[in-house]
Amino acid sequence: MMPNSDLVVQTEQLSKVFRVGFWGKKVTAVGGVNLEVRPGEVFGFLGPNGAGKTTTLKILMGLIYPTSGKAWLFGRELGDPQTKSRLGFLPESPYFYDYLTSREFLGFYGHLFGLWGTALDKRVDELLELVGMTHAKDLQLRKFSKGMLQRVGVAQALINDPELVVLDEPMSGLDPIGRKEVRDLILRLKESGKTVLFSSHILHDAEVLCDRVAMILKGRLVACGKVTDLLEQGANHQVELVVDRLTPEGLDHLRPLIDKVVTQGDRMLIVLKSQQQVGGALEILRAAKARLVSLNPQKGSLEDLFIREVSGHRSSSERRAA
Amino acid sequence: MKVLSIALNTFRENLRDKLLYNLLVFALLMIGSSVVLSRLTLGEFHRLILDVGLGSINFFGVLIAIFVGIGLVSKEIEKKTIYTIVSKPVARYQFLLGKFAGLTITLFINTVVMALGLLVVLYAQGVPVEGMLFKALALIFVEFMVITALALLFSTFTSATLSAIFTLALYVIGHLTADLKVFGAKMDDLSRGILDGIYYLLPNLERFNLKGHVVHHLEVSGVDLMLIVAYGATYTAVLLFTASLIFHRRDFR
Repeated sequence: MMPNSDLVVQTEQLSKVFRVGFWGKKVTAVGGVNLEVRPGEVFGFLGPNGAGKTTTLKILMGLIYPTSGKAWLFGRELGDPQTKSRLGFLPESPYFYDYLTSREFLGFYGHLFGLWGTALDKRVDELLELVGMTHAKDLQLRKFSKGMLQRVGVAQALINDPELVVLDEPMSGLDPIGRKEVRDLILRLKESGKTVLFSSHILHDAEVLCDRVAMILKGRLVACGKVTDLLEQGANHQVELVVDRLTPEGLDHLRPLIDKVVTQGDRMLIVLKSQQQVGGALEILRAAKARLVSLNPQKGSLEDLFIREVSGHRSSSERRAA
Repeated sequence: MKVLSIALNTFRENLRDKLLYNLLVFALLMIGSSVVLSRLTLGEFHRLILDVGLGSINFFGVLIAIFVGIGLVSKEIEKKTIYTIVSKPVARYQFLLGKFAGLTITLFINTVVMALGLLVVLYAQGVPVEGMLFKALALIFVEFMVITALALLFSTFTSATLSAIFTLALYVIGHLTADLKVFGAKMDDLSRGILDGIYYLLPNLERFNLKGHVVHHLEVSGVDLMLIVAYGATYTAVLLFTASLIFHRRDFR
């Protein structure tokens, strides 16, 4: 395969085998992953803990060497020093130099890109403003909360105004407000034309943010594509009705169309087998003089798809074992 | 420039490290206590102050070099701060050199502070200060650089604890290597060859020890001094080069 310079990230059969323990037992952390991240998109890299997300990102960042396979950033092979100046990276729950203040901290990273003097001061102020940390610019990092650390961490990744921003589990360990702030920040980065690649095991975040996602399980990709397409696949096309005062006779009429009923006093939650049943069901309800409270077509979620993939993977490996 | 900014950041990290100050205070106490110790000896109390003073500077400097040195790299890996540096346009060898240079600056300032402490004690006790003392201090500093490079080398591939043990062991062995030569001379050719090999491979730290010269008013020629400094610099360079090679291939898991 030839590198495609139109892609920001491209991998071909990327694999990493670690040797662990005294006897050097081989453990495959990443096994033949093919990824493509296009310019300007927000790409979510999803999977449970230990699936190989961080290892893949570390390979891309030059922290780990792949055992086999290839990867390109901006159409250039890994390790090309030129590509590193176009990247920004935030590792998973890092412990930054806690003896530095945020200003000193960002200043240090600025120096690594040859920024000094007033140009650096200006950039640091801009970034602190962007991540909402101006009030803490002279506070040592040891006094920061986890959310504050994550924010200066993001600022650190943006010091060189990178084209590609890679965030490893940017929302993990944050409270709901912190997560929303990181989400907003990612959307702001997208608006300013940057490509964002982030890993997460919180699927809801990915659903809201990403243009495309890839799901990884035990080092292998199990799904990859547009979020809307994957959601379509994940959808079961059921419809949920909430109904008040439905008589037992009415319910009996409805039975053939129903998948599930939950009764709570006067109120019932009815799940129809498919969208085709909606017309028939409404007629029966009208005839039975029941009151319709709500009608919700069930939207699939990445979580449904994910759980299906995980359980599918488990049962197939159990079959192999048997 | 990148090496310099990493060095300055390392220096700043050292300055905000309590361990450093504790060691420095102990060193100054030891140097000061040489006055008390010298009262316990008959005559020759000048010698004792010089001996204990230079010995303390050497010992505590080596402790700083080892215990701060082993943390230079391993702490960065443990705290994942290295991830943010290696993913920037910084070569791994530049990172190592920066770390080394940072600790060198710290050690230099420490050596100066401890030397000033010694000079104050010498002045107060009316001990004459000779040029030889400064030559001895210079070589102690060169030894610190060799030790720092050793600690850095070990910490590129093993844990902080093991690095400390290995470096301490090599520090002790490095002061005893002359014995290898003596042993070898009494053995057969093969054994002598092996012992000579080990002798040349290990750092000969005793070369940097001029305490005896200071105490006994012996001279060292300028050429000899230059050769010893060159030996220390070369040994340090080889250690740093090896460390870079190992560090370059390493995975940061």
